[in-house]
Parts: sequence; structure tokens; C-alpha cells
Amino acid sequence: MGKITYISSRCKGCHYCVEACPKECVTPSGEFNEAGYETVKFNEADCIACGSCYTVCPDYAIEVEKED
Amino acid sequence: MAERVLMKGNEALAEAALRAGCRFYSGYPITPQTEILEYLSTRMPEVGGFFIQAESELCGINMVFGAAATGARAFTTSSGPGYSLKQEGISYLAGSDLPAVIIDVMRIGSALGDIFMGQGDYWQLTRGGGHGDYRTIVLAPNSVQENVDIVQLAFDLADKYLHPVIIASDAGIGQMMEPVELPDFVEEDRSKHDWWRAKGNTAGDAKNTHKISNVYYKMWDPNFCEQIGYTDYPTYLKDKYKAIEENEQRWESYMTEDAEAVLVAYGSSSRVAKETVNIARAQGFKLGMIRPITLWPFPVKAFEEAKAAKVFCTVEVNILGQMKDDVEAAVKHRVPVGFVGDFFEVPDSDRIIEYVKEMLK
Amino acid sequence: MYVKKLPEYMNFAAPSCQGCGHGLIIRLMAEVCEELGVTGKTILVRDVACGGSASGAWNVDSITAAHGRPIPVANGVKGASPENIVIAHIGDGAAYSIGSAELVHAALRGDNITVIVVNNTVYGMTGGQMSPATLPAEKTASSPKGKDADRYGVLNVVDLIGNLNCTYLARGELYDVPAINKSKAMIKKAIQNQIDGKGFSLVEILSPCPTNLHMTPLKTKEFMHEEATKFFPLGEFVDK
Repeated sequence: MGKITYISSRCKGCHYCVEACPKECVTPSGEFNEAGYETVKFNEADCIACGSCYTVCPDYAIEVEKED
Repeated sequence: MAERVLMKGNEALAEAALRAGCRFYSGYPITPQTEILEYLSTRMPEVGGFFIQAESELCGINMVFGAAATGARAFTTSSGPGYSLKQEGISYLAGSDLPAVIIDVMRIGSALGDIFMGQGDYWQLTRGGGHGDYRTIVLAPNSVQENVDIVQLAFDLADKYLHPVIIASDAGIGQMMEPVELPDFVEEDRSKHDWWRAKGNTAGDAKNTHKISNVYYKMWDPNFCEQIGYTDYPTYLKDKYKAIEENEQRWESYMTEDAEAVLVAYGSSSRVAKETVNIARAQGFKLGMIRPITLWPFPVKAFEEAKAAKVFCTVEVNILGQMKDDVEAAVKHRVPVGFVGDFFEVPDSDRIIEYVKEMLK
Repeated sequence: MYVKKLPEYMNFAAPSCQGCGHGLIIRLMAEVCEELGVTGKTILVRDVACGGSASGAWNVDSITAAHGRPIPVANGVKGASPENIVIAHIGDGAAYSIGSAELVHAALRGDNITVIVVNNTVYGMTGGQMSPATLPAEKTASSPKGKDADRYGVLNVVDLIGNLNCTYLARGELYDVPAINKSKAMIKKAIQNQIDGKGFSLVEILSPCPTNLHMTPLKTKEFMHEEATKFFPLGEFVDK
């Protein structure tokens, strides 16, 4: 199981993370941050903490921890 | 110990830069300054400095920009056509508040002009020259010895005001040989620039990051504003130029107090102008001379002393009398200002005396 | 336990457009410098425009050069202060058009600096005009009917400086996780070379510019991966 730190205010809604997640744990949230971008939500229960979402994020919005 | 040697102006200037602690030079060949490049190609490595022959003047000035951003004493040299190319970098140096020294060994004419001795660049040196609101401090030596002395001053002024400083030499000064006393070596001290220079941020926080910026956004940079004691960058700039104009006017006055006519000349032509004063005085004609050593700030204070003068006349090696505007402003347009000058050579004394006497009629 | 943690020295997002690759490339540089232990002595020389503003997100000392001049400025920094690690961060317009002479001669001399070129096939900040790296028939603000490649050509940096005195010359992309990891490894090699005093290293990264390519971020990534790589093949071309 993974633990995601997501700073939604930095998110610009490119959804690179949605595409990159091999477990389809990242999905558009349907909500918008202050800047007007659609944010994402994370299903941490199915997350394998591979870090793909961090790797593709151009806006430093995501950090990934592994829950032991 | 200072040493006394016989040296060519350009080479003496190059040696003086090393003795002023400068260890960075990037240049490009152009007559009549090429001896500086040649001299430093062997001399700079001897003193452990960085020498590079750049692929263009544009590149040369931008390398100086990089070195200056680390707080190093850095300089580059050129002549008119190459100086034109350097204008981009000089505007960026001024806009980034970086200290650097640029030397223009002037020749004649616009375009290629020619390689002969001239004073063709007064306007481009003193008016800023590149884009935007800026001026550079411009120093004009008139002997090989002054070439040497002025280099040290140029680096000191650049450091003091965090500003590019130009030395307006010319082919006459650069090519002539004279005995010269070389000063002792001093070491450059980058630590005095530690508050702003790019040196690596070991703290990792935004507050300790030094971002050398060439945009006016730095008015919002809390580090820079806190250090300079201003909250407003344009006001800081205005005050900086005002302080330079107030504090840094330099000139030599020669027999001006009782003079009924005063010649105004700098660099090579001032040597002939001074001789002309001596010849005129021997004939009983009360001539004097003001020699601006700083072309910007123009030494307007010098003109307050020449109260008896009914006319002023600039002596230059160009055809449009580029310095005339500044003299007219300095005397507040109250008395006539003339100009004697030409391409290729400094006008001779007889011609100058004749011209000035004609003005007095 | 952190699997992926942002490098230190990064505390706000790059002020780039949605889906822009600049921020990611800055982060890769930051990660590499942290892993190599050189962040505290790194000086970043940036061009004006998109890359310049994006790099503000990384709290290393930096110098903004005139457009097209980061390479000579970086060379000046390295000459005056050899103990620092100097990275020139520059776009395709700056590197291959206005700064091409500077690029060629730095490569010819083998200056000991690292150059990262962000190739998004357009001039980003001025609104997406045609650059030497614009693909044939690609529509831009200054080639609205598509680039006439017979008239303007397409400049591949490997053709330009591949036979000069480069120590390392490589091209990566940001398409997916493996591609990003490969690009990071290239940047790492380019900076390691500078630490080892080996000479001139340049890494070009194909980077999406959704704003000026007028596509969604995901479509732009696809375009760079499918189309741009036809003219800009990926790989390590010089590795001495």
C-alpha cells in the first residue's frame, strides 16, 4: 500500500499521472483547484508505491511513500 | 616594488589589468587593440588566470558577463566595430548590476571606417549605446602611464557601483611606447561581493539563493532589496547614476582660470591641445584646456572654473565633433562652442589657434 | 519510507503552462545534482523565456543570460570559478538559432560545461513561432500553413556538432516513466563528465509544449514521441 502526499494547489491538471499509473489508482477528481485546474484523486489501497506518478509530474505536486 | 619600464600602451594596459587582480580575459582580434589579446595569451596563464580567444565580440562580452556574475574581476577589449557587437552584453551587465571593465581602443569612422587613430566612438560610449536606460562610467587616458593607472581605477569603480566601466583609449595611446611605472600586484577580493554573487547556494533555501537577474523583477527580490537598502529597484538605479555623476567627475584643467578661450579635448587629441595652449601662451594668447578624464559622467564642474572664457572649442579626431553637445550643455549654451577635428590625424596647433581666434572675432 | 521524494531546494512549482516539460527537466537536474552531491556548488545559467522562469523553482544560484547566450556565460562562470558545476539550460530556438555560433564553438573547444537543451520544436515564450527544430509541415504561429522544410530545413544537433570535440552528446524524451529515467541518466552522465573535467556535454530533451502545439498535454506527449523522434532520434551519439 502506498501513501501519497499530493499538493493539489500545485497541480495543473495535465493528467500525466493518470496515464502513467500502472494500477489505475490515479483518476481525475472532478474537482478544481484555486487556479482552475482539474485535480486528481488517489486510491491508496491499491497503490503499489511504484512512484510513476511522481516521475511524470512536471509540477512537483506528488510525493510517494511506501507503507510497510 | 613598482617597476619602471618602456612599454607599448596596449601591453601596459594589459599588464596593469593583471596587476589590478584581474584573472579573466576573453577577447577577439581587431586593430588597433590586438596587442592586448596577444600579450594576455601568454601572460595570463603565467599568472594563473583564464584567457580565451572568443569566436566573436558578442561571445567575448558574454563570457565576461558569466565571470562577472561570480564576482570575479573580468575584462574584454575591442575597437569600434567590435564594441558595437558588445553593446548587447554591456546593456545586460548594466541591467544586471554587474561589475566589469570593457576597453575600446578607438579608431575612426562608422562602419569599418579605418584602423587609423581616431575618436569615433564618443557617442556610443557615453550615451549607453545598447538598449534601455543606462549609462556606463567612461574613463579616457591620454598617456601610457595613465592607461596603467586608470585600469586599477576602472576595476575599483566597477566594484564600488556594481556597474560596467569603459576605458576609452585610442590607437594613438594604444600603439605608442612610453616609459611607465607599473604598480604592484593586488589580489582580487570576491568576498566583498558574497552578498550577491553566484557562488553556489549551500543552504538550500530561497533566502540564500543568489539569482543574477537581468530583468527588473529583481525589485521583488527580497535579498537584493534588503542588501541595497531599497524596496524599489528603479529608485535604487536613479540614485546610483546620481551618485556617480556627483562623485566621479574627473578632469585636468590647464591654465583655464584667466583663459579667454578654452580647448576641450581628451585622449590623444588632448596632448596636442595642451601643446597648443603652450604655443598660444608664448604668443600672448590666453588659451586654456579642460581635459575630461571621465567622459561620463562629463566633468561639468570643470567648466565652473573657466569663468573668463568667451568661447570653448573641442579638439577631436572625428568629423562631427561628437563631444560638442556635452560641452554646450556644460556651459549651459551661454557661450559659443566650436569644434576642430578631422579623420586620420589630430589637427595641428596652428590650425586650432587660427580657428579659435576666428571664433573670438 | 519515501519511494519518491522531491529533491531539496525545490519548494514551489515551476510557473509553466499545463503539461509543459520544463518543470520536469528542472526536477531531473535537481535530482541528479542531489545524487551527485553537487547541488550546493551548482550554478544554473538560464536563457530568457520559458526555461528561465521555470528554473526559478530550483533554489540554486543562477544567472539569467541574454537570449541565446547561456553557453558563453556558462563558459565564463566555469573559467572564473572552476570549482562550481555550471549548467546551461536553454531552448531549441536559443541553442540552434540565435546561439548556434556559441554552441558550435563551445563544442569545438570542448569547454568543460554541461548544456541541457529543451527541444519543444517552437519558440515557446513568444507564442509558438517556428524554430530550426520545428518539424516539416508543422504548423506554428509563423508558419501557419506548415513549415516549408525545403526552405528552412530541420536542424539536428548531432549533424551540427557530432563531429566536433564533444565528450557526450545524447537525446532523450519525456514520454513515459522509462523514457524519463533514461533522460535522467543522460543528464547524470553529462554532469558527471563536468565533475571529472572531461569536457563538453550536451543533452537534448524532447519536451512537450501543449500551449503552442495546440493539443492536450497527453496528445502533445504522443506527438513528440511519434513524430518528433522521426527527425530527432533518441540515444547517445557521442560518449567518450
